[in-house]
Amino acid sequence: MTDDSRESPPIRLRDITLTLGGRVILENLNLELPAGKVTAVMGPSGAGKTTVLRLVTGQLKPDAGEVWIGDDRVDQLDARALNRLRRRMGVLLQNGALLTDLTCFDNVALPLREHTDLPESLIRRLVLLKLQTVGLRGAAKMYPRELSGGMNRRVATARAMALDPDVMLYDEPFAGLDPISLGVSLRLIRDISQALDTTSVVITHDVGEVRHFADHCCIISDRKIVAQGPPDELAGSDHALVQQFLKGLADGPVPFHYPAPGLAEDLLEPRQ
Amino acid sequence: MSDPGAKGPALLSPLRELGRAVLFLATALAHMRLTRLQIAETLRQIYFAGVRSLVIIVTCGFFVGLVLTLQTYDTLTRFGAGDAVSTVLALSLFRELGPVLTAILFAGRAGTSITAEIGLMRATEQLDALELMAIDPLERIVQPRLIGGLIAVPALVLVFNMTALLGGVVFAVALMGVDPGTFWGNMQNTVELGRDFGHGMLKAVAFGAIAAWLAVYHGWSARPTSEGVALATTQTVITTAIAVLILDFVLSAFML
Repeated sequence: MTDDSRESPPIRLRDITLTLGGRVILENLNLELPAGKVTAVMGPSGAGKTTVLRLVTGQLKPDAGEVWIGDDRVDQLDARALNRLRRRMGVLLQNGALLTDLTCFDNVALPLREHTDLPESLIRRLVLLKLQTVGLRGAAKMYPRELSGGMNRRVATARAMALDPDVMLYDEPFAGLDPISLGVSLRLIRDISQALDTTSVVITHDVGEVRHFADHCCIISDRKIVAQGPPDELAGSDHALVQQFLKGLADGPVPFHYPAPGLAEDLLEPRQ
Repeated sequence: MSDPGAKGPALLSPLRELGRAVLFLATALAHMRLTRLQIAETLRQIYFAGVRSLVIIVTCGFFVGLVLTLQTYDTLTRFGAGDAVSTVLALSLFRELGPVLTAILFAGRAGTSITAEIGLMRATEQLDALELMAIDPLERIVQPRLIGGLIAVPALVLVFNMTALLGGVVFAVALMGVDPGTFWGNMQNTVELGRDFGHGMLKAVAFGAIAAWLAVYHGWSARPTSEGVALATTQTVITTAIAVLILDFVLSAFML
């Protein structure tokens, strides 16, 4: 549970190189995510944003380089130490990933029951408070299948912050949300960051909303960080890829077409 | 990551799969932990795998008893040995049919359900979510289902045997007019508790372990796609049936 003396840690990735399936995903990537701030990690699809998140959570180990959360070097922790670190982390996966055989209440209670010796009466109060924070106390007895995608993610957010983590990681929290759910999610990320004083990392494509919740932004492309800074500063960048990404241009450094032989050559080639 | 073992003669593929399954089981056993939460979850799994399989077990058991008695009685009466029907029925059920058929029915009803559940948990990142909450999915998901299957199958074998005997009694005594005293007396005189019933229950425990192991393994290793989960559930039924029949022969050879 919350330790008043604790401080939210910075997250640092140093000279990270990672190859998956014979393809280099990240190469000499350096990234500093400031403590106690909300950082948005953006970039084209397939650029390696979720890979960065998986490196931070210790699900992937880099081929070279170092991953640090505060004073813990994540890529060198053994299973026991990694689990200890993960208890200080809250992760919201893309679709919420709630356990479908448990009610919303039991999903949020799960980390508390597994990792604390709190009496059930206290767990009940804590769970109801967490669900109240995300506006779903009334859905405590419902199963994930009875809720919308956005509501599922809010319950998953409540579960992620059940142990009052130092670090909150969000993987595409806005994907497929309607404007109302989007607004709710934006407010939640800011509120949670401020209330728990967490270091928050948000993987997102949502360029338009970044300035509403992020203190810091970085854009990953071509296996490395191509730009980073406060959202307003990034908007003024003259980097071609940053401009293409921020303005949503179909063609640019990230080409519209997947690499292929010439169209005429392909069309005129006799069928084999 | 590329799998260095992915290439090679097709003959090696089942061996490689067996190796992976054994490694998975060894890892799962190494992660065993008995806590209050685990016991509660295991009881829930016994309910899902056992109690919810009762309808199919009772129905199949009753009709297997009926048809087995019908065929046996018909053959034995040609030799004037119709009264021995209960002996043949009981020995066939206790030694072979009960454990084997129950394990295969279990694979079709509960095994596929376990495989699909774990496969979908992987596809929908629920297993990842558990890991990220520092909760071991082997401990939280696999262990209760393994133990649940191990306990449920022998219990279901008992139920199968009882309902099959009931089917036999209905056919032989009620329809064919075999004397009930002769029916039960012959069975009591020839069936040995340890050698016949006991060996059958040992098989039931072994088949339960195999069926539960293969169900969780196929779910755990399923590709996280709809085709992957569909393939895994099919593999559960096929591999369990083959493994149970092979193991049945091996155990029978040692037990006789």
